[in-house]
Amino acid sequence: MKSNVLEPSIFEMSRPGASGLTLPAVDVEERPLESLIPPEMLRDNLARLPEVAQMDTVRHFLRLSQLNHCIDKEFYPLGSCTMKYNPKVCDYYGMLDGLTRLHPMTPDHLSQGALKIIYTLQQYLADITGFDAVSLQPAAGAQGELVGIMMVKAHFEHLKQPQRTEVIVPDSAHGTNPASAAMCGFKVVEIKSTSGGLIDLERLKAALSEKTAAVMLTNPSTVGLFEKDILEITRLVHEAGGLLYYDGANLNAVLGQAKPALMGFDVMHINTHKTFATPHGGGGPGCGPVAVNKTLMPYLPVPFVDYNGTEYFLSEDRPLSIGKVKAFYGNFEMMARALTYIKAYGAEGLAQVSKDAVLNANYLKARLKDDYQVAFDQVCKHEFILTNAKQKQYDSHLNTMAIVKRLMDFGYHPPTVYFPLIVPEAMMFEPTETESKETLDQFVEAMKTIAEECRTQPEKVLNAPYTTPVSKVDEVAAARNPDLNYFHH
Amino acid sequence: MHNFLPHTEAERQVMLQTIGVNNIDDLFSDIPASLRENIAYQVLPAKGLSEAELQGELFHWAQMNQGPRMACFLGGGAYSRFIPMAVNTIASRSEFYTAYTPYQPEIAQGTLQVTYEFQTMICELTGMHVANASVYDGASAVTEAALMALRATKRNRVLIANTVHPDYRQVLKTYFYGLGDEELVEFNPEASEEILNPEAEGAKRVACVIIQVPNYLGGLEATEPVRAFCEKTGALFIVSADPVSLGMLKAPGSYGADIVVGDIQPLGNNLSFGGPYGGYIATLSKYTRQLPGRLVGKTVDKHGTQCYTLTLQTREQHIRREKATSNICTNQALNILKATVYLSLIGPVGLKQLANISLQRAHHLASRLKKLPGITQYIPGQPFFFEFALRFPTPVQPLLAHLEQQQILGGINLERFYPEAKNCLLITCTETTAPQDIDRYALAVEQYLRSTCPQLFNQPPGALQQQLEATC
Repeated sequence: MKSNVLEPSIFEMSRPGASGLTLPAVDVEERPLESLIPPEMLRDNLARLPEVAQMDTVRHFLRLSQLNHCIDKEFYPLGSCTMKYNPKVCDYYGMLDGLTRLHPMTPDHLSQGALKIIYTLQQYLADITGFDAVSLQPAAGAQGELVGIMMVKAHFEHLKQPQRTEVIVPDSAHGTNPASAAMCGFKVVEIKSTSGGLIDLERLKAALSEKTAAVMLTNPSTVGLFEKDILEITRLVHEAGGLLYYDGANLNAVLGQAKPALMGFDVMHINTHKTFATPHGGGGPGCGPVAVNKTLMPYLPVPFVDYNGTEYFLSEDRPLSIGKVKAFYGNFEMMARALTYIKAYGAEGLAQVSKDAVLNANYLKARLKDDYQVAFDQVCKHEFILTNAKQKQYDSHLNTMAIVKRLMDFGYHPPTVYFPLIVPEAMMFEPTETESKETLDQFVEAMKTIAEECRTQPEKVLNAPYTTPVSKVDEVAAARNPDLNYFHH
Repeated sequence: MHNFLPHTEAERQVMLQTIGVNNIDDLFSDIPASLRENIAYQVLPAKGLSEAELQGELFHWAQMNQGPRMACFLGGGAYSRFIPMAVNTIASRSEFYTAYTPYQPEIAQGTLQVTYEFQTMICELTGMHVANASVYDGASAVTEAALMALRATKRNRVLIANTVHPDYRQVLKTYFYGLGDEELVEFNPEASEEILNPEAEGAKRVACVIIQVPNYLGGLEATEPVRAFCEKTGALFIVSADPVSLGMLKAPGSYGADIVVGDIQPLGNNLSFGGPYGGYIATLSKYTRQLPGRLVGKTVDKHGTQCYTLTLQTREQHIRREKATSNICTNQALNILKATVYLSLIGPVGLKQLANISLQRAHHLASRLKKLPGITQYIPGQPFFFEFALRFPTPVQPLLAHLEQQQILGGINLERFYPEAKNCLLITCTETTAPQDIDRYALAVEQYLRSTCPQLFNQPPGALQQQLEATC
């Protein structure tokens, strides 16, 4: 069977009595366990954790690592995810015991460095977004959204406007937007976008009412276009008495170009793992700071970090706060990394980040538009959408998924597919600012080769990938008969 | 211009020509001029720093934190445990560190198999059938478990012991604010006969009862009354458990838990001033589809090779949008990688040994302190694990300051979370608590009491208690 397994599970490697670590002795007077813990609370059997020597453990995980694609190795044009280079200087964090070994309950006067990092990042993010205050507590963008919408709820409760029960989202929104609104008890009202992928002003006007609590928008939108009518949109929503939520997923396009607060938004979240290059880690940890204007400031989570001119301190002084959303103060390590990143660039550098991100996206689009259908043929921001419209005429099975799976054979991670939902067969490319022209040119060659294969030998594309550790994965079988646990399935 | 930005100015010009525009501003002409003109910054420096300067800054910030240079007796949900170097070696591999969520299984088998192994290990520790690929932290695990129970039972009342971590209870309360008419009730497990009476008013509306083992005070509460209540009323029994303690203590599944949650920080993750950590959430098979977040399943590729993939995604926000089980999306993949490597290295015998070292050292310190006059256990007679709550004969804030002068972080002032816990400290020992620091701690407390309350040491033991309040 071994030939059919890439890497055995760690449980199969287990040999009773093997161990990967030597532990210290108890080194104090040892009391009988039964005299300390009620015997009925003690385990009868050991947990079936693996028993493996240290080198075998290291080899197992190192071999597993080799099965992953990663940004340090190759291009990752994953739209909406901002897979940019994570500067190595930020990894210096891990070498500093003063940060890694700092216990969260350490008194303020003994954790001034950490509090200064939090305070400074709060200030910088407020400055970058144009908002008045920031909470770094949310653990990820989705939690930031939840916090933002919860503050909207608190605000209207405080204003005694309980009838504002609706949150409007465009049909192009990220799935987390409606999910977060629903978790706050709001009714989600979805409005159809224009054929150009933008907010339809007439439909927005029709949806707005005295029931509207908030409108959640991404700008540039999830199709990679700037909402050119943004000032009119925010005016309309405010006129109806609602607030505006800015999904910061696409902030990378507008650093130093436009501040979300000045577009008319009241609250936003930021994904540090996108815009500020904290690593994605295979799916986290994230960090989802929330920025607000003065209207919503009283409701921000507590605690936050304040400064009295001589000392930084944790404060709970927000009587109308929605409370705490995370144990302790948030994902501190990500804050330190994001701050290091921002300091590396400075204001001028950050403006160049967005310029190059937008330049790269437009360049890639220009180079690919003869071979693939461009969904919206105009200047884009940091990302753009192609479809399979040209390819499917050669073979109706040549859907987007088939085309992008073939990219893996050229060493590239596929773009985001089937999102946003409003563009059928969408392939969304976000090259980011850290890719060189040479990388983009090589990628274009691969895309052109695939386009040619679609014309001349579609089966080759349809059966891809060929060179990946595993070929096409049977996801249907996985869901039909879930095997989620080595010992119990 | 900048070493993370690869283009030369000449390349930018070539690219602009290919696009067919004259200059970069043409790519931003869709942004209203009034926005583009108002981009001045108040505090953000205009210029970036070099790597040498950035390293210097980080080093300086780290130096400003004096806490990590002291002997740490702080715990309360975040533990100073040693981290094997092999954990960091693996977790700092770019292949894990700079990968995205494994949506494309053909090129993400590493992350996927690690997650599957993590799920299995968590099930083994907790006695559950299925665990997800993590939530944000212990607080979000407790919260998501409560939301699961509300969905699964279609009831609207949640009972939570006041000995569950205060932050976890606060986060739960915040999320409840977002819900509708659901009711959150805290109870004291030391006086729970009334609330855990299956015949009581509202008992049939209870979706779940949440306790923590060992609890926030380090103590081991009786679990049987909760199990019995849940069995009779159909409420789900949720246990929040420290994963190291599960190397020695019974798996909550074996004493009736329906959902087991907790935080994996102690398994190879940095303290890092509170995060990132990682929440785990495990349950019985029948509740699989109520789980929030990512799940990894084993399957095969088209040639029959065994492989792994994200599965049952129809529960999740990117598919079900407002009808999803949770809005949770990206969370703690790198942290669960650390936990998985850690558990693989330490193994079942090592984990039990680690728990034993911690609890022996804790009991040693507790018994030394209790020998000093006027120091008593906060909940007398309750067995405890590697944390314990003591009541001191004097206010603890100046005592903590005295300990700090001796380079000791002496514990958490419990009055902050429990107003009735006057003069009480929560003290924690782990395998990183050096025996000589335990000696120093006990001596420093004795020294402090002798200098501030000398009369304590002249009293016959029996007479002491009555006079404490008056004399100190």
